[in-house]
Amino acid sequence: MSAVRFRLTDDQRALRDGVREALARRFDGRALRAAVEEADGGGAADMDGAAGMDGAAGMGGARTGGAQPGRSGAGGGGAGVARAAAAGGDGGSAGAGRAGGPGGTARTAAGRAAGAPRLDRGLWRALGDLGFFDLRVPETDGGVGLGLAEAVLVFEEAGRALLPGPLVATHLAAGAVPGAATGETVVAAVDGGLVEWLAEADAVRGDTTGAVPLRSLDPLTPLHRVPAGRPDPDPVAILLTAAEQLGTAGRVCELAAQHARAREQFGRPIGAFQAVAHLCAGILVRAETARAAVYAAAVTADPADIAAARILADEAAVRGARDCLQVHGGMGFTWESEVHLHLKRAWVRTQRAGGITESEELLAAALTPETA
Amino acid sequence: MDLSYTPEEEEFRARLREWLGRTLPGLPPRPSPDDWPGRRAYDLGWQRRLYEAGYAGVHWDATPSVRLIFLEETEKAGAPYVGANFVGLLHAGPTIAAEGTDAQRARWLPPILRGEEVWCQGFSEPEAGSDLAALRTRARRDGDDYVVTGSKIWTSHAEVADWCELLVRTGPAAPKHRGITWLALPMDAPGITVRPLRTLAGPAEFAEVFLDEVRVPVANRVGDEDDGWRVTMVTLSFERGTAFAGEVVACRRVLAELAVEARKNGRWDDPALRRRLGRLNAEFRALWRLTQWNVSAAEASGGVPDTGGSVFKLRYSHARQELYDAAAEVLGPDCLDLDRPWTPDRLSALAYTIAAGTSQVQHSIIAERILGLPKGR
Repeated sequence: MSAVRFRLTDDQRALRDGVREALARRFDGRALRAAVEEADGGGAADMDGAAGMDGAAGMGGARTGGAQPGRSGAGGGGAGVARAAAAGGDGGSAGAGRAGGPGGTARTAAGRAAGAPRLDRGLWRALGDLGFFDLRVPETDGGVGLGLAEAVLVFEEAGRALLPGPLVATHLAAGAVPGAATGETVVAAVDGGLVEWLAEADAVRGDTTGAVPLRSLDPLTPLHRVPAGRPDPDPVAILLTAAEQLGTAGRVCELAAQHARAREQFGRPIGAFQAVAHLCAGILVRAETARAAVYAAAVTADPADIAAARILADEAAVRGARDCLQVHGGMGFTWESEVHLHLKRAWVRTQRAGGITESEELLAAALTPETA
Repeated sequence: MDLSYTPEEEEFRARLREWLGRTLPGLPPRPSPDDWPGRRAYDLGWQRRLYEAGYAGVHWDATPSVRLIFLEETEKAGAPYVGANFVGLLHAGPTIAAEGTDAQRARWLPPILRGEEVWCQGFSEPEAGSDLAALRTRARRDGDDYVVTGSKIWTSHAEVADWCELLVRTGPAAPKHRGITWLALPMDAPGITVRPLRTLAGPAEFAEVFLDEVRVPVANRVGDEDDGWRVTMVTLSFERGTAFAGEVVACRRVLAELAVEARKNGRWDDPALRRRLGRLNAEFRALWRLTQWNVSAAEASGGVPDTGGSVFKLRYSHARQELYDAAAEVLGPDCLDLDRPWTPDRLSALAYTIAAGTSQVQHSIIAERILGLPKGR
């Protein structure tokens, strides 16, 4: 009857909830903490044992149990769950193992920085089973066959959970780099002057000649510097990064509100003080405004909408995490607190895909007399 | 998630667009902002045309989507603003429609729709602003009348209004939210004094209204005695819904005009200014999407918009101020010239973070009702 159904469908809601539950099982706060400690101690132990392997099964359950995400209106197409183990072998020219070169894909050989985290291969395969990487690969090619809107919801959950790894790069490589779709192959990508997770990757897209590790601000995102090429970011990469930022914005809003309700000073919860309450409200306003922008960009896939989504989501994540830290007071400044991890990851993401300047310039250029 | 409209809605849009294209060129010239009788006549005349074309009640009986299309298209076409019809169409009218008796609806609604009567709003008082429920204007029962004494402030269009939706205290002993009653006050009743209130923006937009033993028939009460707070909340949630949708469209047009001006006067070469305008573009695009998101939520719940309106109102009112601050940067020294249209607009934008619930009140609403934080002081 009435239109502008600009809200999640039941299928999309089920997908989001299913992913959230699966990630909570496979990469919960304890696993996050363990991963940070591993990286902090410079340890190289594989983290497969940290949270068990039930995550993939759990997600499978979510996908088979009626809550399966179907293509809108297409009757759900049972393809959701099971997947061919070797999907995405049609990339041909960009196969792993090829020598590195401009635009090419190479098996990596770059050194790790001291104390750099290892990528949890078990987790990566579990994410592959979940459909994280081949979500948008057509069913006929063995993928899940969902769209950009669903990918945005899934990456929002990844952002919420602070999931480590080159998620966007591997997702974009699904169907082009063998093994990327299933999570067997970890794919990194050169992005401007940086590469995330280079030393842990099986394949890397872009020219990594002269890559040098740097001591990464984010304990769970190892970084290499490469001679800066011209950034020519894929709009989808920008959008999925914005989705991750949105996840962070929503999560830090919850953390701030939880803390403001629980923490007492001067004989009452600190959330009863307006100065604190209004900080929390500001986090929510930024997150919800960004949500509208990110979801709309997922529907239209318009570059200007994506640029707007990115600007709003960066702001919501970075300022949200900072205000969340402020609400947590001294506790927020400790290494034990989760808050700094959100802020640091949000900062990392602001450097992706050309950075904010390009998005602002794009939107300035879009202001033409025709739109006046 | 879907941003498309149904064929019926697209047809509505096309018909409206065609009608606007045909009708707008024939409108009389706009009166000056200081010419109150002229503004009244102009605004009522526009409403009459809407009525004759079948668009008068879009705010009331259309789905939120159709309302959004109406606001978007009228704004894009440069149609007159709702102006003096604002309170009747968006406050008092919806309240009477929802809470009035059949006789009250028959008496007051048709003249609003036909563009015959203007309403104003008598809510705020000198001592009751954000804390509206603290209002003190007193009404005592005397036979078939209430006798009202007190004063109201920030009453827009009071000088030219036929009616005032008036909140009065009938139960002085009751808790403050419980002793309030909603009355329709005829503005020609003896004992009413209207004094224009000059604002920092210059021309009198508002007035103070003084009430001295004004008799209002009990038949003019909408809802029960002492139940006026609940009755009023229907109105306020309406205001925070789609009321600003047209303004977001207008702001996006102003932003594009800023870019045109900056390219002309050379300031576009400054990357800091370009980036500032680019950010504002992101901001108003997002606000448009947020409007669509809220409209969809309202449609899904089948009711009036809820706290999503607070999120929008808060963000939009600040964005509007930032827009005109950016306009000042584009204008340079000309930003001090009141004859440049953006200059008075910059001044009137200052009201947005204050009117209809200050930003601070909106923050508190969000903190308490969405985030579940304890009520504070």
